[in-house]
Amino acid sequence: MTVNKWTAAKVARKVIDQEELFILDVRNTDAFEDWKIEGQNFEYVNIPYFELLDGVDEVLTKIPADKEVLVVCAKEGSSIMVAEMLSEAGREVGYLEGGMRAWSSYLEPIKVADLKNGGELYQFVRLGKGCLSYMIISDGEAAIIDAVRFTDVFLDFAKEKGVDIKHVFDTHLHADHISGGRHIAAETGATYYLPPKDATEVVFPYTPLTERLNVKVGASQINVEALYSPGHTIGSTSFVIDNRFLLTGDILFMDSIGRPDLAGKAEDWVGDLRETLYKRYRELAEDLVVLPAHFMIIDELNEDGTVARRLGDLFKENHGLNIEDEAEFRRTVTDNLPPQPNAHEQIRQINMGKIAPDEDEQTEMEIGPNRCAVR
Amino acid sequence: MIQANQYLDAKGLACPMPIVKTKKAMNDLEEGHVLEVQATDKGSIADLAAWSSSVGHQYLGTVEEADVLYHYIRKGTNEPEVEKTFEHTIPLDEIQSQEGLILDVREAAEYSFGHIEGAISIPLGELDSRMTELDKEKEVYVICRTGKRSDLAAQLLAKNGFKKVYNVLPGMTEWDGKIEKEI
Repeated sequence: MTVNKWTAAKVARKVIDQEELFILDVRNTDAFEDWKIEGQNFEYVNIPYFELLDGVDEVLTKIPADKEVLVVCAKEGSSIMVAEMLSEAGREVGYLEGGMRAWSSYLEPIKVADLKNGGELYQFVRLGKGCLSYMIISDGEAAIIDAVRFTDVFLDFAKEKGVDIKHVFDTHLHADHISGGRHIAAETGATYYLPPKDATEVVFPYTPLTERLNVKVGASQINVEALYSPGHTIGSTSFVIDNRFLLTGDILFMDSIGRPDLAGKAEDWVGDLRETLYKRYRELAEDLVVLPAHFMIIDELNEDGTVARRLGDLFKENHGLNIEDEAEFRRTVTDNLPPQPNAHEQIRQINMGKIAPDEDEQTEMEIGPNRCAVR
Repeated sequence: MIQANQYLDAKGLACPMPIVKTKKAMNDLEEGHVLEVQATDKGSIADLAAWSSSVGHQYLGTVEEADVLYHYIRKGTNEPEVEKTFEHTIPLDEIQSQEGLILDVREAAEYSFGHIEGAISIPLGELDSRMTELDKEKEVYVICRTGKRSDLAAQLLAKNGFKKVYNVLPGMTEWDGKIEKEI
């Protein structure tokens, strides 16, 4: 039987189209339980590769013969070994090229909407990590918001669309993933914006992203309007795009809200978070469509793969927007927080420009789920 | 430098090769001996630890030096319940209040990754030749991981004229006090 090489892009399609897939994950059990490829109709079995060194005969019954089977490991070496053993035992299986490392870095660009006068808004879904980046395109120009560190993906996409990247924004100083923002700006000559209150320790030049900053993209003048919305960090800023979309960064998600503790200041910032979610956002039009910087679980994806919902609907259904009692709200976002993301302090240092670890170390730091939210 | 009985160079190899090679090397190792595995694949830390416990080896720990990982694994520690025959024993929680010497007879690498403060190390296999380093008139509290090696060591010491020898039970597996490391 043949062993098929699957790209991360192919797996991403299965996730978005909600297809069935059987995943044999051969990483060790801790790694599997911490983080895996999520799909609504995926089935899993976890058998560490080192338990299969003497053969796969004993586990054949656990692997269906009538389904598509994909073997997954950390980098790919072990999954190739196991896939070949299964193939020799007469099974047709695939392995994931580049393993979970490749999965963590894969981005799927999906169009969210057409904007006025031929403009377009794209969401870049990083399925393996739950990060969402954005590109606004209009009349040969582009603006990017919350770019992750795989700068080539954005640069290539802009080239393919024939647009020049003019503005690059980060809604806040990220703690869960490494920003590609200032590198894209350096490469293209675009302006890089960062909220000054998050940037007190950064060691590179940037343009302050301040309240009411209004940037136009292209001749058709797509509006990108900044709205100060602190709480996840003290500088966190949201954007209203074309008067239709609200980019919330790490302040508001589909089924959860931002956590205030990743810079070690939960007690200080919880009041800001409350003010943003219960006053500032309340003053906005309910028909705005919320586009966050993360999703938490795969169920939050819409049918087309985007992560987007009407603000008015979130006011009704998101638990974090419906805690009337302020003391209870305070407890919810400061007590019983989920574990902090892997290497979050080092990631902040990188995003401030203070350290510059090599590619492998960066990959290692970003492994695992994002954990930016509290429910 | 941590002592091992055998060394395996798995530097530059990607997963699954460090484990495949370790498995082979462990087959040739004597029961109770320690293998040092040199690797550069970061994933080998978690995987070697998990693999060791799944097959009944004792993963001692890892030290990193100049981008090389040094893993230490002791072969086969699911030790069979052997009757301990040395009659003078002392419960683990009482030894720190005693005068005298704590003698740790585990392998040197086990000792390096954590031992009771002040304990000295003479692995069981070296005890016969190094016994002269010890004072026969003083109390000696012999400890190992589970009380089995220390039982044999206590018998050996008593046979050679040590007068106040005690086997500490159950052993380091149950020790929850302060430990010293030499790594």
